[in-house]
Amino acid sequence: MNPLAAVRTAVAFEKARAAGRAALVGYLPAGFPTVDGATTAIRTMIDAGADIVEVGFPYSDPVMDGPVIQRATEAALAGGIHLADLMRTVEAVSTAGAPVLVMTYWNPVERYGVARFARDLANAGGAGLITPDLIPDEADEWLAASDDHELDRVFLVAPSSGQQRMAMTAQACRGFVYAASVMGVTGARATVSDAAPVLVEQVRSLCDQPVAVGLGVTNGEQAAQVAAYADGVIVGSALVRCLLDAPDLSSGLTALGALSRDLAAGVAAR
Amino acid sequence: MSAQGDWEHRLGHFGRYGGRFVPEALIAALDQLDEAYRKASGDPAFTEEFGRLLREYANCPSPLYLAERLSARAGARILLKREDLNHTGAHKVRNVLGQALLTKRMGKPRIIAETGAGQHGVASATAAALFDLECVVYMGEEDTRRQALNVTRMELLGARVISVTTGSRTLKDAINEALRDWVTNVDTTHYLLGTAAGPHPFPTMVRQFVSGIGVEARQQCLAAIGGLPDAVCACVGGGSNAIGAFHAFIPDPGVRLFGFEAGGEGVETGRHAASITGGAVGVLHGARTYLLQDADGQTIESHSISAGLDYPAVGPEHALLNDQGRAAYEPVTDAEAMEAFGLLCRTEGIIPAIESSHAVAGALRIVPRLAEELGREPTIVICLSGRGDKDVDTAGRYFGMLS
Repeated sequence: MNPLAAVRTAVAFEKARAAGRAALVGYLPAGFPTVDGATTAIRTMIDAGADIVEVGFPYSDPVMDGPVIQRATEAALAGGIHLADLMRTVEAVSTAGAPVLVMTYWNPVERYGVARFARDLANAGGAGLITPDLIPDEADEWLAASDDHELDRVFLVAPSSGQQRMAMTAQACRGFVYAASVMGVTGARATVSDAAPVLVEQVRSLCDQPVAVGLGVTNGEQAAQVAAYADGVIVGSALVRCLLDAPDLSSGLTALGALSRDLAAGVAAR
Repeated sequence: MSAQGDWEHRLGHFGRYGGRFVPEALIAALDQLDEAYRKASGDPAFTEEFGRLLREYANCPSPLYLAERLSARAGARILLKREDLNHTGAHKVRNVLGQALLTKRMGKPRIIAETGAGQHGVASATAAALFDLECVVYMGEEDTRRQALNVTRMELLGARVISVTTGSRTLKDAINEALRDWVTNVDTTHYLLGTAAGPHPFPTMVRQFVSGIGVEARQQCLAAIGGLPDAVCACVGGGSNAIGAFHAFIPDPGVRLFGFEAGGEGVETGRHAASITGGAVGVLHGARTYLLQDADGQTIESHSISAGLDYPAVGPEHALLNDQGRAAYEPVTDAEAMEAFGLLCRTEGIIPAIESSHAVAGALRIVPRLAEELGREPTIVICLSGRGDKDVDTAGRYFGMLS
């Protein structure tokens, strides 16, 4: 049982809202460039202003990911990342001042055992789970396990979800609702989707959860645009790229810190 | 048929298997496809058009051929369901014609497909040419090298072949890439999945499109020998030819169903593609089923001499048939399959696909078992799912005729 964790995501959104800004949700994969390197990188991101952290678990068949995240997670897999390392990473960053949610494709959770995964994640101080290829229709076991361990559960909604599915999905979420604003895989885009504001409005009308927008944000300017209408701005590929493009970890961390600060300023400048 | 109807009752589940484990962004497209498929299957005009294409274009029904010399060698009466004689050389044409017709009905101008050996890619490119659809085929880089001739075939037919360089660069990664394309272009694009796997409605829909194999074989068998066979044998990769061959026989308790998986170098070596025999239950490519995976749920690369069986999972209906004991699944090694390949070439003058050779090898293996159980010579239908033209290079090297 981890009663504190369950409320932390909501608290982070509440804190941002009270400060008159959107929350910055930053994604980095566990195990890249190494398990310890990822831990340091996540802490760097939190220190530079990320309000909420998504720790990705690298997976062999990541159908939702674009080329940047694929390159990083393939490297992590080649480096031998395991679920035990994921739990260790969560534990190491859970005290850094931001709620930590794991983002993972479903099969590793099912293989580990859904109830066991929930228990270990809660014990590691994790706040919950984001499941890009699990829809609430298939999630009975996870709904029960996340209730038992008071973990947040974040499902995705898409521009193509009808009103009925969107309501059902939003109501199944706890923590926030992940609005995948463009139809496509993860990755930085030159312009942020114009479907996003409509999508956020739709979700808001259906539930009282915070709505965070993901897929496509690259810099502070874009973050500010999204922050104007969303409760949270999710950034992944652009952050991962800082580590991928760098010749070594320390320059990667410098770039990551700078981008995180730029994004944090962006979400506050709406 | 009520039993099968019940399995599918809960949103495309087969018992605990199947379902939809995909990004939410694809759900609307799957619903649209499901609706189009349901409407079409109840529409006599669709059935008529599909039937006409199968007859006049694809050369179906394929013959059920009594293989006398092979029978004599095997000690069984062996009937070959000659899907190798279909247009494009395999059972795959049935599925692509059905899905291409649906694509037209949905008003989508573009199809994408994945391919391993290239057979489904060639079939998809063929249907795209016939129906004037834009066609993009994703193929693992490794496979484009192994099956260069099929790449040219697809290009001749007007398709664009994209070489996939992510992951293990084989079929499973081609599927990943096709899913990424679909998520991005779902408004204009139908994903013409090549096997009875993936998220609902694919396993049910693909099975229905290929179920003519078993329906025809059952009628042909009754006409030819005045009764049903003792067993139906098919190879199983994703499992489309097997489910197509099995389905009409499921309500016949006297007909045993055997699926032969690719045992590669032997299941005990870890280098195989036998998902049911050597895998565990999990989720891959949109469905819960048996798959090859490690302790962390990462997919393990499969191995088979046959590119068409080289896939680390299996269609969800096979997973259920296995658990129910209605069908039995056994591995056949590369060596056993190649021996059967050579035997069929020389006894019947038929060069089979290496995929189908697994079914021949498996059938030969079960003959003594069946004969003992039945106390007589058994009658076995083997689904000869494809022809071996594409495999001449592989076989020539295997037998040392080419270097």
